[in-house]
Amino acid sequence: MRALANGPDSWIWWEWVGDHLDDIAASTREHVLLTAVSVGIGLVISFPLALAVRRWPALSLPVLWAAGAMYAVPSLALFGILVPVTGLTRTTAVIPLVTYTLLILVRNIVTGLDGVPRDVRESAAGMGYTGTGRFLRVDLPLAVPTILAGVRVATVSTIALVTVTAVIGQDSLGQLILDGLNRDFRTPLVVGIGLTVALAVTAEVALLGVERVVTPWARRRR
Amino acid sequence: MHRREAPLRPNGGAAIRLAHVRKHYPGAAQAAVGDLSLDVPEGEVVVLVGPSGCGKTTVLKMVNRLVEPTAGEIHVLGEDVRSVAAPVLRRRIGYVIQQIGLFPHRTVEANVATVPRLLGWDRRRIRDRVAELVELVGLDPALLQRYPSELSGGQQQRVGVARALAADPPILLMDEPYSAVDPIVRARLQDELLALQRRLHKTIVLVTHDVDEAIKLGDRVAILNVGGVLAQYAPPAELLRAPADDFVAAFLGSERGLKLLSLVTVGQVASIEGPVVDGDVTPGEAAAVMRRFGVDWVGVRAGGRLVGWVADRDLDGRRRVADAPAQPFNAALRPDTTLREALDVLINSRTRVAVLVDDDHRYLGMLTVDQIAEGLR
Repeated sequence: MRALANGPDSWIWWEWVGDHLDDIAASTREHVLLTAVSVGIGLVISFPLALAVRRWPALSLPVLWAAGAMYAVPSLALFGILVPVTGLTRTTAVIPLVTYTLLILVRNIVTGLDGVPRDVRESAAGMGYTGTGRFLRVDLPLAVPTILAGVRVATVSTIALVTVTAVIGQDSLGQLILDGLNRDFRTPLVVGIGLTVALAVTAEVALLGVERVVTPWARRRR
Repeated sequence: MHRREAPLRPNGGAAIRLAHVRKHYPGAAQAAVGDLSLDVPEGEVVVLVGPSGCGKTTVLKMVNRLVEPTAGEIHVLGEDVRSVAAPVLRRRIGYVIQQIGLFPHRTVEANVATVPRLLGWDRRRIRDRVAELVELVGLDPALLQRYPSELSGGQQQRVGVARALAADPPILLMDEPYSAVDPIVRARLQDELLALQRRLHKTIVLVTHDVDEAIKLGDRVAILNVGGVLAQYAPPAELLRAPADDFVAAFLGSERGLKLLSLVTVGQVASIEGPVVDGDVTPGEAAAVMRRFGVDWVGVRAGGRLVGWVADRDLDGRRRVADAPAQPFNAALRPDTTLREALDVLINSRTRVAVLVDDDHRYLGMLTVDQIAEGLR
């Protein structure tokens, strides 16, 4: 066998990469889209849940328990349940992804809002804020660092989880990985894993940047 | 529109009137505040003081409706506090709390501007007002763009006061405003509050557990016992002179006389004419005055001013008292000096008297230990 500097047997075969740039880009786009949609819907669902938990503390245990239970269900099992209902669709892929964000997001929103100092809340009320005004102008901004920390963890874990949706035929970087595994072909496997990790790191850094920009007050300390 | 107006007051000058106010927290064994009636006169500093559990903070918070009373009525500037929505009421009443509660996510400037913003003032008016307040409370304007976490405790306290005064409310509520700062800063902030009050004439209700702070700051002090029972409500000097009962006496502490010393001014005490003669009298006449007072020196007056004093032995062979060398008195007191300072002068004086003059340095009289003791009765 000829020792190839770069060929089908090497860890990465650049020629293949060059020929499949369009596919790789499409998969990456789909991966990002699935992540963004899942975390977005997760936030939309988590907020009312978190507010309900704070309003009626008796709900706290059942809600967090349910979210925790869903978090524990293996994604493959969940796909198995959903496919007969929603088919091999993007919806089937998104539902479990959203489910996994709920525990982290609800918990961080509740923790963030609970963490607003009592004296700050009291002085806000004493200054003449209405309930809603105080929530939007005082409580929420102060909870932002904790909420964004939750978004960060949820996003990074979703980016990793998205790859699993390949088993139901959903396009993402997971398809490259699956393709590589099926054909015992290293290049798509390395590209898929490498880009997934790169996405996760990029998301983490970008969200940290967002946090720094929207909470300038949390940076400066005497 | 925001303007300072003289509000209608059908209740005879009381800016805040509590009538048979009761507060029973759900589940509590006894009422936090039993049956409290109290008038806070307009433009005065009223201090609520008492041991923990006396309901003083509850009383304060019922005024701005952070706590709703179980029974009774509270009027602010003649208006039942329940007749307006709580947030609207609170924007008219300044509020300062112990932990200050500055908004950590807002700059000093935005913190101070809180209530004007809620009231919808335009940007320019807010900016002008913030600048005015910063000067008023003695804050460095360079701090305006900082965040609260970057300030010292004393600076945060000043920002808290500026924020409470931002919309120029006629009433200021202060809940243990100085217990979180060290004693030196506390004393300075207390002095600043008194100076501020001399300029602003707000109606201030201040809660503290520190009886010395109450005596120092209050025009009137309300001493509350456990369960919100009003034990005594009087100007501090009156409390110290005549505590209503054993609880009040014990709460005021053992050094009531000493505390009174810092409270009563020289002008409130009857001074004596003292051994003083005009400079053109003879040594013989001066000697008679000295004998009458039982001293070996005499004060020398010239044209209404006290020049100094002359010792008995220096008068020998002089034609007039003014011919002898006069020694200066080491300090002269004004009518607004406290008895405490007067006593200090007296102790350090060779002649064992303190000289009292008016603002034009005209001689008013003298104080001895006897007059000071008399003033404490």
